[in-house]
Amino acid sequence: MDFILERYNYWAIIGLMMIGLYITFQSGNLIKRLTGLSIFQTSVFLFYITLGKVTGGSAPILFGRDLKPHGGEAPTDVVAGAGAAHDAAGDVAGAVYGPVNGLYETYSNPLPHVLILTAIVVGVATLALGLSLIVRIREAYGTIEADEVAAIDLDTAIAEAADREQTEAAA
Amino acid sequence: MSDPVAIEIAVFNVILLAMLFVVGAAVARLRSLFAIVMLTGAYSLLSAMWFVTLDAVDVAFTEAAVGAGVSTVLMLGAMLLTSRTAKADRRWARIGPLAVVLVTGSVLIYATTDMPAFGDPFSPANSYVGADYLVMTAADIDIPNIVTAVLSSYRGFDTLGETGVVFMAGIAVALLLGFGERSLSANRARGETAPVRTETKADKSDHHVVLRVVSRILIPVIGIYALYVHFHGELSAGGGFQAGVIISVAVVLYSLVFGIAAALDAVPVAFARGLAAFGVILYAGVGFYALTQGYNFLDYDAILSHGADAAGHHGDTNTHGQHIGIILIELGVLFAVAGSITTIYYAFAGRAPEIRDEDW
Repeated sequence: MDFILERYNYWAIIGLMMIGLYITFQSGNLIKRLTGLSIFQTSVFLFYITLGKVTGGSAPILFGRDLKPHGGEAPTDVVAGAGAAHDAAGDVAGAVYGPVNGLYETYSNPLPHVLILTAIVVGVATLALGLSLIVRIREAYGTIEADEVAAIDLDTAIAEAADREQTEAAA
Repeated sequence: MSDPVAIEIAVFNVILLAMLFVVGAAVARLRSLFAIVMLTGAYSLLSAMWFVTLDAVDVAFTEAAVGAGVSTVLMLGAMLLTSRTAKADRRWARIGPLAVVLVTGSVLIYATTDMPAFGDPFSPANSYVGADYLVMTAADIDIPNIVTAVLSSYRGFDTLGETGVVFMAGIAVALLLGFGERSLSANRARGETAPVRTETKADKSDHHVVLRVVSRILIPVIGIYALYVHFHGELSAGGGFQAGVIISVAVVLYSLVFGIAAALDAVPVAFARGLAAFGVILYAGVGFYALTQGYNFLDYDAILSHGADAAGHHGDTNTHGQHIGIILIELGVLFAVAGSITTIYYAFAGRAPEIRDEDW
């Protein structure tokens, strides 16, 4: 039971990831395909955030006694504790979140949050780029179905080859 | 798991994941692109809620503004320019993708047996540097929001790269679709009057009155809220990325309600793209300023360096340089993101035919 409770998050995220992958593979419609790609992308975000969760932790914004009084000097014990903990952190595998490290409260790991925050904004920028390519494909081919675009490409290539043969024969 | 809070979080967790699953499955089955796009927005909003239950408030904020807001608008814009339904697929064509997905999924699930338990503070991902940031932020940078501290100071170089990516995507979209003047000027060149412009004010149907009045009140409030989010980024969830997106959402709302021409008058294209470029230059400029002072690139102690020595050790006694540096580069992010997203929106909206009332 514990094994399931500790891992159902991963399984659900893999499920979502597979839905995204399925849409990307199965759909010939380019916009739907991009939707699948963004579901896939979101599942990676969920995975990172899951990894950064610490049981009993709160959002990584210092509060309460961990906060230095504004404008004044830090309480010396906190700074001393922080320095000592930092020196030890390199040696002790599995640094402990919370009281031991000179912090009074427990927080979740802030690093995945930073990575994913910027990844989301970059994700919308690349999504926009993909969509604008689709818009240009639609203007050039009159369709956004991948198989129809491929068929048009094939027809064009055959016609060009025939043209070339004709001009060569004429020459 | 006996802790009531932990159980509550676990229940939320399961419910939200189940809802995400249902929405994802619906997206896979549907063929109406409009429904797919709206469901993707719902998906983003659900995942934002899920991020909150896992303590990632900054991420949730970004996902709500970007995923549920901006991407939905962009996908709707692209859908207007392309088509509204996906072609029906052949039934046998599903077998291949399904097989690939099932195999990949089971391999990945097999791999999870080696993964650390959910919420394990000793897992490799949670050891070392993440914990270091938590401990050191109070002394090094002295701001409560550790995500902002890592984003803009410890890993400021990463963030500069990401700001650059957003800027470049804006430029690329504008090069592909035009800066937004295109459809307006094309209509004028062809001697056509744009379809919506031919209507007089009185012809406009009445059901937009509420929208117009409400958004007239709402848009300034959105602007102020964006500034609040921006300047409280160091104290609470928020920051330059979110505020930039919120500002461009205000422009998008204005343009949707009052028409793209009015929006282009209020926030000219040249201003938006200039703002984006200025943001990136401001961010990189802070870095180069630090270089000229003999510090590392983007080391904000260069700005006010009372407590730091030339070897690059952080000043323990004085963090004002860090504060000023973070404010400057967050402003750079704000300008770059707001300008880029607005440019991208204009690029799509400039091509799209304006939605007529009967199409709503």
